[in-house]
Amino acid sequence: MMARLTGLLGREMTLAYRQKSELIQPLIFFVLVISLFPLGVGPGPQMLQKIAPGVIWVAVLLSSLLGMERLFRDDFSDGWLEQMMLSGLPLYAVVLVKVTAHWLTCVLPLLLISPLLALFLNLTPAMYVALLCSLLIGTPLLSLVGATGVALTLGLQRGGVLLSLLLLPLFIPLLIFATSAVDAASMQLPYNGQLAIIGALLLLALALTPIATAHALKISQN
Amino acid sequence: MLLSAGFCAVHFVMNCQPPNRLSLSLLSVNNLSCIKRDRILFEELGFAMQPGELLHVQGPNGAGKTSLLRLLVGLSLPDSGTILWRGEDVRRTSGLYQSELCYFGHKLGVNLALSAIDNLRFWCRMQGLPAGQDLYPLLEILGLVGLEELPAGQLSAGQQRRIALARFWLKSCPLWVLDEPFTALDRQAVKLLKSRLAAHLQNQGIIIMTSHQSLDFPMPVRELHLEYRL
Repeated sequence: MMARLTGLLGREMTLAYRQKSELIQPLIFFVLVISLFPLGVGPGPQMLQKIAPGVIWVAVLLSSLLGMERLFRDDFSDGWLEQMMLSGLPLYAVVLVKVTAHWLTCVLPLLLISPLLALFLNLTPAMYVALLCSLLIGTPLLSLVGATGVALTLGLQRGGVLLSLLLLPLFIPLLIFATSAVDAASMQLPYNGQLAIIGALLLLALALTPIATAHALKISQN
Repeated sequence: MLLSAGFCAVHFVMNCQPPNRLSLSLLSVNNLSCIKRDRILFEELGFAMQPGELLHVQGPNGAGKTSLLRLLVGLSLPDSGTILWRGEDVRRTSGLYQSELCYFGHKLGVNLALSAIDNLRFWCRMQGLPAGQDLYPLLEILGLVGLEELPAGQLSAGQQRRIALARFWLKSCPLWVLDEPFTALDRQAVKLLKSRLAAHLQNQGIIIMTSHQSLDFPMPVRELHLEYRL
Protein backbone atom coordinates (compact mmCIF):
# COMPACT_ATOMS: atom_id res chain seq x y z
CA MET A 1 0.00 0.00 0.00
CA MET A 2 2.89 2.35 0.73
CA ALA A 3 4.14 1.98 -2.84
CA ARG A 4 0.70 2.94 -4.15
CA LEU A 5 0.55 5.98 -1.87
CA THR A 6 4.03 7.15 -2.83
CA GLY A 7 2.91 6.75 -6.43
CA LEU A 8 0.12 9.22 -5.69
CA LEU A 9 2.60 11.60 -4.07
CA GLY A 10 4.77 11.29 -7.16
CA ARG A 11 1.83 12.26 -9.33
CA GLU A 12 1.16 15.37 -7.25
CA MET A 13 4.81 16.39 -7.49
CA THR A 14 4.87 15.89 -11.25
CA LEU A 15 1.70 17.93 -11.59
CA ALA A 16 3.16 20.70 -9.45
CA TYR A 17 6.24 20.75 -11.67
CA ARG A 18 4.07 20.97 -14.79
CA GLN A 19 2.02 23.83 -13.33
CA LYS A 20 4.87 25.91 -11.96
CA SER A 21 3.20 29.25 -12.70
CA GLU A 22 0.25 28.41 -10.49
CA LEU A 23 2.59 27.58 -7.66
CA ILE A 24 4.62 30.75 -8.00
CA GLN A 25 1.57 33.02 -7.77
CA PRO A 26 0.95 32.57 -4.01
CA LEU A 27 4.66 33.01 -3.41
CA ILE A 28 4.79 36.32 -5.27
CA PHE A 29 1.61 37.44 -3.53
CA PHE A 30 3.26 36.66 -0.19
CA VAL A 31 6.39 38.67 -1.02
CA LEU A 32 4.38 41.59 -2.40
CA VAL A 33 2.07 41.88 0.59
CA ILE A 34 4.99 41.91 2.98
CA SER A 35 7.05 44.35 0.96
CA LEU A 36 4.06 46.72 0.83
CA PHE A 37 3.99 47.10 4.60
CA PRO A 38 7.27 49.02 5.01
CA LEU A 39 6.04 51.33 2.26
CA GLY A 40 2.65 51.78 3.90
CA VAL A 41 3.51 52.22 7.57
CA GLY A 42 6.86 53.93 7.09
CA PRO A 43 10.35 52.51 7.39
CA GLY A 44 10.74 52.99 11.16
CA PRO A 45 12.63 49.86 12.32
CA GLN A 46 10.93 49.77 15.72
CA MET A 47 7.47 49.98 14.24
CA LEU A 48 8.20 47.29 11.63
CA GLN A 49 9.65 44.96 14.23
CA LYS A 50 6.50 45.39 16.32
CA ILE A 51 4.05 44.52 13.55
CA ALA A 52 6.24 41.91 11.81
CA PRO A 53 4.87 38.68 13.38
CA GLY A 54 1.28 39.62 12.65
CA VAL A 55 2.05 40.78 9.12
CA ILE A 56 3.96 37.66 8.17
CA TRP A 57 1.40 35.29 9.63
CA VAL A 58 -1.58 37.06 8.04
CA ALA A 59 0.26 37.04 4.71
CA VAL A 60 0.91 33.30 5.09
CA LEU A 61 -2.77 32.69 5.83
CA LEU A 62 -3.96 34.67 2.82
CA SER A 63 -1.46 33.28 0.34
CA SER A 64 -2.08 29.72 1.46
CA LEU A 65 -5.80 30.32 0.88
CA LEU A 66 -4.96 31.33 -2.70
CA GLY A 67 -3.61 27.90 -3.55
CA MET A 68 -5.91 25.94 -1.28
CA GLU A 69 -8.51 25.11 -3.94
CA ARG A 70 -5.88 23.21 -5.90
CA LEU A 71 -6.12 20.50 -3.26
CA PHE A 72 -9.19 18.78 -4.70
CA ARG A 73 -10.86 21.07 -7.26
CA ASP A 74 -9.09 19.73 -10.38
CA ASP A 75 -9.36 16.13 -9.24
CA PHE A 76 -13.06 16.65 -8.65
CA SER A 77 -13.76 18.19 -12.03
CA ASP A 78 -11.66 15.83 -14.17
CA GLY A 79 -12.82 12.67 -12.39
CA TRP A 80 -9.52 11.64 -10.81
CA LEU A 81 -11.22 11.85 -7.42
CA GLU A 82 -13.65 9.12 -8.52
CA GLN A 83 -10.76 6.97 -9.68
CA MET A 84 -8.99 7.47 -6.34
CA MET A 85 -12.13 6.51 -4.45
CA LEU A 86 -12.44 3.37 -6.57
CA SER A 87 -8.79 2.42 -6.16
CA GLY A 88 -9.52 0.50 -2.97
CA LEU A 89 -7.05 2.64 -1.00
CA PRO A 90 -8.36 3.98 2.32
CA LEU A 91 -9.60 7.49 1.59
CA TYR A 92 -8.09 9.05 4.71
CA ALA A 93 -4.65 7.88 3.60
CA VAL A 94 -5.25 9.41 0.17
CA VAL A 95 -6.26 12.65 1.90
CA LEU A 96 -3.07 12.63 3.95
CA VAL A 97 -1.01 12.19 0.79
CA LYS A 98 -2.81 15.09 -0.89
CA VAL A 99 -2.29 17.31 2.17
CA THR A 100 1.40 16.41 2.34
CA ALA A 101 1.82 17.23 -1.33
CA HIS A 102 0.00 20.53 -0.86
CA TRP A 103 2.20 21.47 2.07
CA LEU A 104 5.38 20.57 0.20
CA THR A 105 4.45 22.44 -2.96
CA CYS A 106 2.45 25.44 -1.73
CA VAL A 107 3.60 26.16 1.81
CA LEU A 108 7.20 25.05 2.03
CA PRO A 109 8.33 27.69 -0.54
CA LEU A 110 6.84 30.37 1.73
CA LEU A 111 8.95 29.09 4.60
CA LEU A 112 12.05 29.00 2.45
CA ILE A 113 11.69 32.61 1.40
CA SER A 114 11.01 33.87 4.91
CA PRO A 115 14.68 34.77 5.75
CA LEU A 116 14.45 37.47 3.11
CA LEU A 117 11.30 38.84 4.67
CA ALA A 118 12.87 38.82 8.10
CA LEU A 119 15.33 41.34 6.66
CA PHE A 120 12.52 43.51 5.26
CA LEU A 121 10.80 43.71 8.62
CA ASN A 122 13.86 44.08 10.83
CA LEU A 123 13.40 40.86 12.81
CA THR A 124 16.00 39.99 15.44
CA PRO A 125 17.60 36.54 15.12
CA ALA A 126 15.69 35.31 18.18
CA MET A 127 12.40 36.46 16.66
CA TYR A 128 13.31 34.84 13.39
CA VAL A 129 13.92 31.48 15.04
CA ALA A 130 10.59 31.73 16.85
CA LEU A 131 8.82 32.69 13.63
CA LEU A 132 10.33 29.76 11.76
CA CYS A 133 9.35 27.33 14.54
CA SER A 134 5.79 28.62 14.61
CA LEU A 135 5.56 28.41 10.80
CA LEU A 136 7.01 24.91 10.77
CA ILE A 137 4.48 23.59 13.28
CA GLY A 138 1.60 25.83 12.30
CA THR A 139 1.45 25.63 8.51
CA PRO A 140 0.70 21.86 8.28
CA LEU A 141 -2.35 22.74 10.34
CA LEU A 142 -3.41 25.17 7.59
CA SER A 143 -3.19 22.44 4.95
CA LEU A 144 -5.04 19.87 7.07
CA VAL A 145 -7.94 22.11 8.05
CA GLY A 146 -7.96 23.69 4.59
CA ALA A 147 -8.44 20.25 3.01
CA THR A 148 -11.62 19.74 5.01
CA GLY A 149 -12.90 23.16 3.93
CA VAL A 150 -12.12 22.50 0.27
CA ALA A 151 -13.78 19.07 0.41
CA LEU A 152 -16.91 20.60 1.96
CA THR A 153 -17.23 23.27 -0.74
CA LEU A 154 -16.43 21.01 -3.72
CA GLY A 155 -20.00 20.63 -4.88
CA LEU A 156 -20.50 24.39 -5.11
CA GLN A 157 -19.88 26.26 -8.33
CA ARG A 158 -18.11 29.23 -6.78
CA GLY A 159 -16.81 28.01 -3.49
CA GLY A 160 -13.83 30.37 -3.32
CA VAL A 161 -15.23 33.15 -1.16
CA LEU A 162 -17.21 30.74 0.98
CA LEU A 163 -14.02 28.78 1.56
CA SER A 164 -12.28 31.89 2.95
CA LEU A 165 -15.28 32.69 5.15
CA LEU A 166 -15.28 29.12 6.41
CA LEU A 167 -11.56 28.78 7.05
CA LEU A 168 -10.28 32.15 8.28
CA PRO A 169 -12.21 32.06 11.59
CA LEU A 170 -10.82 28.58 12.23
CA PHE A 171 -7.29 29.91 11.89
CA ILE A 172 -7.72 32.62 14.57
CA PRO A 173 -6.37 30.49 17.48
CA LEU A 174 -3.34 29.55 15.40
CA LEU A 175 -2.73 33.20 14.52
CA ILE A 176 -2.97 34.32 18.15
CA PHE A 177 -0.55 31.71 19.51
CA ALA A 178 1.90 31.99 16.64
CA THR A 179 2.23 35.77 16.82
CA SER A 180 2.39 35.63 20.58
CA ALA A 181 5.33 33.21 20.33
CA VAL A 182 7.26 35.64 18.14
CA ASP A 183 6.33 38.54 20.43
CA ALA A 184 7.64 36.61 23.41
CA ALA A 185 10.87 35.94 21.55
CA SER A 186 11.27 39.68 20.87
CA MET A 187 11.16 40.28 24.63
CA GLN A 188 13.66 37.45 25.33
CA LEU A 189 10.91 35.41 27.02
CA PRO A 190 10.40 31.65 26.62
CA TYR A 191 7.82 30.71 24.00
CA ASN A 192 7.67 26.93 24.44
CA GLY A 193 4.11 27.20 25.77
CA GLN A 194 2.74 28.79 22.61
CA LEU A 195 4.56 26.30 20.41
CA ALA A 196 3.25 23.42 22.53
CA ILE A 197 -0.32 24.64 22.05
CA ILE A 198 0.17 24.93 18.29
CA GLY A 199 1.67 21.43 18.35
CA ALA A 200 -1.37 20.13 20.22
CA LEU A 201 -3.66 21.76 17.65
CA LEU A 202 -1.63 20.15 14.89
CA LEU A 203 -1.87 16.68 16.43
CA LEU A 204 -5.59 17.06 16.94
CA ALA A 205 -6.03 18.13 13.33
CA LEU A 206 -3.79 15.29 12.12
CA ALA A 207 -5.98 12.78 13.93
CA LEU A 208 -9.40 14.15 13.03
CA THR A 209 -9.37 16.18 9.81
CA PRO A 210 -8.41 13.35 7.39
CA ILE A 211 -11.51 11.45 8.52
CA ALA A 212 -13.70 14.53 8.17
CA THR A 213 -12.20 15.34 4.77
CA ALA A 214 -12.68 11.77 3.54
CA HIS A 215 -16.32 11.89 4.58
CA ALA A 216 -16.87 15.28 2.93
CA LEU A 217 -15.34 13.91 -0.29
CA LYS A 218 -17.74 10.97 -0.22
CA ILE A 219 -20.66 13.36 0.21
CA SER A 220 -19.43 15.46 -2.71
CA GLN A 221 -19.94 12.43 -4.98
CA ASN A 222 -23.61 12.05 -4.14
CA MET B 1 -27.62 -9.35 25.93
CA LEU B 2 -30.37 -11.79 25.09
CA LEU B 3 -31.63 -9.43 22.44
CA SER B 4 -28.28 -9.11 20.77
CA ALA B 5 -27.79 -12.88 20.83
CA GLY B 6 -31.14 -13.28 19.12
CA PHE B 7 -30.16 -10.72 16.53
CA CYS B 8 -26.92 -12.54 15.86
CA ALA B 9 -28.79 -15.79 15.34
CA VAL B 10 -31.10 -14.19 12.83
CA HIS B 11 -28.16 -12.62 11.06
CA PHE B 12 -26.39 -15.96 10.97
CA VAL B 13 -29.39 -17.75 9.51
CA MET B 14 -29.81 -15.03 6.91
CA ASN B 15 -26.17 -15.32 5.96
CA CYS B 16 -26.30 -19.09 5.81
CA GLN B 17 -29.53 -19.78 4.04
CA PRO B 18 -29.05 -18.61 0.51
CA PRO B 19 -25.46 -19.55 -0.36
CA ASN B 20 -26.58 -21.76 -3.19
CA ARG B 21 -28.36 -18.94 -4.94
CA LEU B 22 -25.65 -16.38 -4.18
CA SER B 23 -22.73 -18.48 -5.27
CA LEU B 24 -24.31 -18.73 -8.69
CA SER B 25 -24.37 -14.99 -9.24
CA LEU B 26 -21.26 -12.90 -8.78
CA LEU B 27 -23.14 -9.66 -8.47
CA SER B 28 -26.66 -9.41 -7.16
CA VAL B 29 -28.70 -6.29 -6.64
CA ASN B 30 -31.76 -6.33 -4.42
CA ASN B 31 -34.51 -3.75 -3.92
CA LEU B 32 -32.31 -0.90 -5.05
CA SER B 33 -33.89 2.54 -5.12
CA CYS B 34 -32.53 5.98 -5.79
CA ILE B 35 -34.14 9.33 -5.06
CA LYS B 36 -32.71 12.56 -6.46
CA ARG B 37 -34.23 15.94 -5.59
CA ASP B 38 -37.52 14.40 -4.44
CA ARG B 39 -37.84 12.46 -7.70
CA ILE B 40 -37.76 8.69 -7.60
CA LEU B 41 -35.39 7.60 -10.36
CA PHE B 42 -36.02 3.93 -9.80
CA GLU B 43 -37.18 1.75 -6.95
CA GLU B 44 -37.12 -1.92 -6.02
CA LEU B 45 -34.70 -2.63 -8.79
CA GLY B 46 -33.19 -6.09 -8.63
CA PHE B 47 -31.07 -8.22 -10.89
CA ALA B 48 -28.27 -10.76 -10.67
CA MET B 49 -25.31 -11.15 -12.97
CA GLN B 50 -23.50 -14.36 -13.79
CA PRO B 51 -19.97 -14.52 -15.22
CA GLY B 52 -19.91 -13.88 -18.94
CA GLU B 53 -22.98 -11.64 -18.98
CA LEU B 54 -23.44 -8.13 -20.28
CA LEU B 55 -26.15 -5.84 -18.96
CA HIS B 56 -27.09 -3.01 -21.28
CA VAL B 57 -28.84 -0.28 -19.30
CA GLN B 58 -31.11 1.78 -21.51
CA GLY B 59 -33.49 4.66 -21.04
CA PRO B 60 -34.07 8.30 -21.95
CA ASN B 61 -31.91 11.14 -20.62
CA GLY B 62 -32.51 11.71 -16.94
CA ALA B 63 -33.88 8.24 -16.33
CA GLY B 64 -31.11 7.46 -13.85
CA LYS B 65 -28.69 5.34 -15.85
CA THR B 66 -25.60 7.13 -14.60
CA SER B 67 -26.99 7.20 -11.06
CA LEU B 68 -27.48 3.44 -11.22
CA LEU B 69 -23.91 2.84 -12.37
CA ARG B 70 -22.50 5.13 -9.67
CA LEU B 71 -24.51 3.22 -7.07
CA LEU B 72 -23.22 -0.08 -8.42
CA VAL B 73 -19.55 0.88 -8.13
CA GLY B 74 -20.08 2.40 -4.69
CA LEU B 75 -19.44 6.06 -5.51
CA SER B 76 -22.80 7.00 -4.04
CA LEU B 77 -25.02 5.22 -1.56
CA PRO B 78 -28.48 3.87 -2.36
CA ASP B 79 -31.52 5.18 -0.52
CA SER B 80 -32.50 1.58 0.09
CA GLY B 81 -31.47 -1.86 -1.05
CA THR B 82 -28.25 -3.81 -1.15
CA ILE B 83 -25.59 -4.68 -3.67
CA LEU B 84 -23.89 -8.01 -3.06
CA TRP B 85 -20.57 -9.03 -4.60
CA ARG B 86 -19.69 -12.70 -4.14
CA GLY B 87 -22.51 -12.78 -1.57
CA GLU B 88 -21.11 -9.95 0.52
CA ASP B 89 -22.43 -6.42 0.91
CA VAL B 90 -20.10 -4.17 -1.09
CA ARG B 91 -20.07 -1.57 1.67
CA ARG B 92 -18.38 -4.08 4.00
CA THR B 93 -15.69 -5.44 1.71
CA SER B 94 -13.34 -2.52 2.50
CA GLY B 95 -11.70 -2.02 -0.84
CA LEU B 96 -11.83 -5.63 -2.02
CA TYR B 97 -14.81 -4.97 -4.27
CA GLN B 98 -13.15 -1.89 -5.73
CA SER B 99 -10.04 -3.89 -6.57
CA GLU B 100 -12.21 -6.20 -8.67
CA LEU B 101 -13.90 -3.55 -10.77
CA CYS B 102 -12.93 -1.00 -13.35
CA TYR B 103 -15.11 2.07 -13.90
CA PHE B 104 -15.32 4.43 -16.85
CA GLY B 105 -17.57 7.40 -16.12
CA HIS B 106 -18.56 10.71 -17.67
CA LYS B 107 -15.59 12.31 -15.97
CA LEU B 108 -12.60 10.60 -17.47
CA GLY B 109 -10.07 10.90 -14.68
CA VAL B 110 -7.51 12.12 -17.20
CA ASN B 111 -5.50 15.10 -16.03
CA LEU B 112 -5.16 17.62 -18.83
CA ALA B 113 -1.75 18.86 -17.71
CA LEU B 114 -0.21 15.39 -17.70
CA SER B 115 0.74 13.43 -20.80
CA ALA B 116 -1.10 10.30 -21.88
CA ILE B 117 1.68 8.07 -20.69
CA ASP B 118 1.97 9.81 -17.31
CA ASN B 119 -1.79 9.60 -16.80
CA LEU B 120 -1.71 5.86 -17.37
CA ARG B 121 1.48 5.28 -15.42
CA PHE B 122 0.19 7.05 -12.31
CA TRP B 123 -3.14 5.25 -12.58
CA CYS B 124 -1.32 1.91 -12.68
CA ARG B 125 0.77 2.83 -9.65
CA MET B 126 -2.33 3.88 -7.72
CA GLN B 127 -4.04 0.61 -8.59
CA GLY B 128 -0.98 -1.34 -7.48
CA LEU B 129 -0.43 -2.77 -10.96
CA PRO B 130 3.16 -3.57 -11.96
CA ALA B 131 4.58 -0.13 -12.70
CA GLY B 132 7.39 -1.31 -14.94
CA GLN B 133 5.15 -2.66 -17.67
CA ASP B 134 5.68 -1.26 -21.10
CA LEU B 135 2.79 1.00 -22.06
CA TYR B 136 3.89 1.70 -25.64
CA PRO B 137 2.36 -1.41 -27.26
CA LEU B 138 -0.95 -0.48 -25.66
CA LEU B 139 -0.70 3.10 -26.91
CA GLU B 140 -0.09 1.70 -30.36
CA ILE B 141 -3.25 -0.41 -30.17
CA LEU B 142 -5.19 2.67 -29.11
CA GLY B 143 -3.73 4.86 -31.82
CA LEU B 144 -1.99 7.25 -29.48
CA VAL B 145 1.55 6.74 -30.71
CA GLY B 146 3.36 10.03 -31.27
CA LEU B 147 1.00 11.80 -28.91
CA GLU B 148 2.09 10.10 -25.71
CA GLU B 149 4.27 12.97 -24.45
CA LEU B 150 1.81 15.79 -25.21
CA PRO B 151 -0.30 17.15 -22.36
CA ALA B 152 -3.70 15.47 -22.59
CA GLY B 153 -5.31 18.92 -22.80
CA GLN B 154 -3.91 19.32 -26.31
CA LEU B 155 -5.55 16.12 -27.55
CA SER B 156 -9.03 15.82 -29.01
CA ALA B 157 -12.01 14.66 -26.97
CA GLY B 158 -11.94 11.23 -28.59
CA GLN B 159 -8.22 10.81 -27.92
CA GLN B 160 -8.70 11.77 -24.27
CA ARG B 161 -11.36 9.11 -23.99
CA ARG B 162 -9.00 6.58 -25.53
CA ILE B 163 -6.52 7.33 -22.75
CA ALA B 164 -9.19 6.64 -20.15
CA LEU B 165 -10.34 3.48 -21.95
CA ALA B 166 -6.78 2.12 -21.86
CA ARG B 167 -7.54 1.11 -18.27
CA PHE B 168 -9.57 -1.82 -19.58
CA TRP B 169 -6.42 -3.18 -21.19
CA LEU B 170 -4.27 -2.58 -18.11
CA LYS B 171 -6.29 -3.94 -15.22
CA SER B 172 -7.61 -7.46 -15.32
CA CYS B 173 -10.67 -7.64 -13.12
CA PRO B 174 -14.03 -9.40 -13.39
CA LEU B 175 -16.42 -6.44 -13.33
CA TRP B 176 -16.38 -3.64 -15.87
CA VAL B 177 -18.75 -0.70 -15.54
CA LEU B 178 -18.88 1.71 -18.47
CA ASP B 179 -21.00 4.83 -18.81
CA GLU B 180 -21.53 5.82 -22.45
CA PRO B 181 -18.14 4.53 -23.62
CA PHE B 182 -18.80 5.07 -27.34
CA THR B 183 -19.39 8.83 -27.17
CA ALA B 184 -16.90 10.86 -29.24
CA LEU B 185 -15.05 7.76 -30.44
CA ASP B 186 -14.45 7.21 -34.14
CA ARG B 187 -15.65 4.07 -35.91
CA GLN B 188 -12.35 2.30 -35.61
CA ALA B 189 -12.14 2.94 -31.86
CA VAL B 190 -15.74 1.77 -31.37
CA LYS B 191 -14.86 -1.45 -33.17
CA LEU B 192 -11.73 -1.88 -31.07
CA LEU B 193 -13.62 -1.33 -27.82
CA LYS B 194 -16.41 -3.70 -28.83
CA SER B 195 -13.93 -6.47 -29.58
CA ARG B 196 -12.29 -5.83 -26.21
CA LEU B 197 -15.67 -6.08 -24.47
CA ALA B 198 -16.48 -9.29 -26.32
CA ALA B 199 -13.15 -10.80 -25.28
CA HIS B 200 -13.88 -9.87 -21.67
CA LEU B 201 -17.23 -11.66 -21.81
CA GLN B 202 -15.55 -14.71 -23.25
CA ASN B 203 -13.16 -14.67 -20.29
CA GLN B 204 -16.18 -14.93 -17.99
CA GLY B 205 -16.16 -11.25 -17.07
CA ILE B 206 -19.20 -9.14 -16.28
CA ILE B 207 -19.97 -5.90 -18.09
CA ILE B 208 -22.57 -3.34 -17.10
CA MET B 209 -22.83 -0.45 -19.48
CA THR B 210 -25.07 2.30 -20.75
CA SER B 211 -25.23 3.29 -24.38
CA HIS B 212 -27.72 4.90 -26.69
CA GLN B 213 -26.32 2.91 -29.58
CA SER B 214 -27.45 -0.62 -30.24
CA LEU B 215 -24.76 -3.14 -29.38
CA ASP B 216 -24.54 -5.59 -32.24
CA PHE B 217 -22.73 -8.21 -30.23
CA PRO B 218 -22.43 -11.84 -31.28
CA MET B 219 -23.28 -13.00 -27.75
CA PRO B 220 -26.58 -12.52 -25.92
CA VAL B 221 -27.03 -9.16 -24.22
CA ARG B 222 -29.34 -8.60 -21.28
CA GLU B 223 -31.21 -5.35 -21.33
CA LEU B 224 -32.49 -3.20 -18.51
CA HIS B 225 -34.89 -0.41 -19.38
CA LEU B 226 -35.20 2.52 -17.04
CA GLU B 227 -38.13 4.83 -17.61
CA TYR B 228 -38.20 8.53 -17.04
CA ARG B 229 -40.52 8.97 -14.07
CA LEU B 230 -41.98 12.21 -12.82
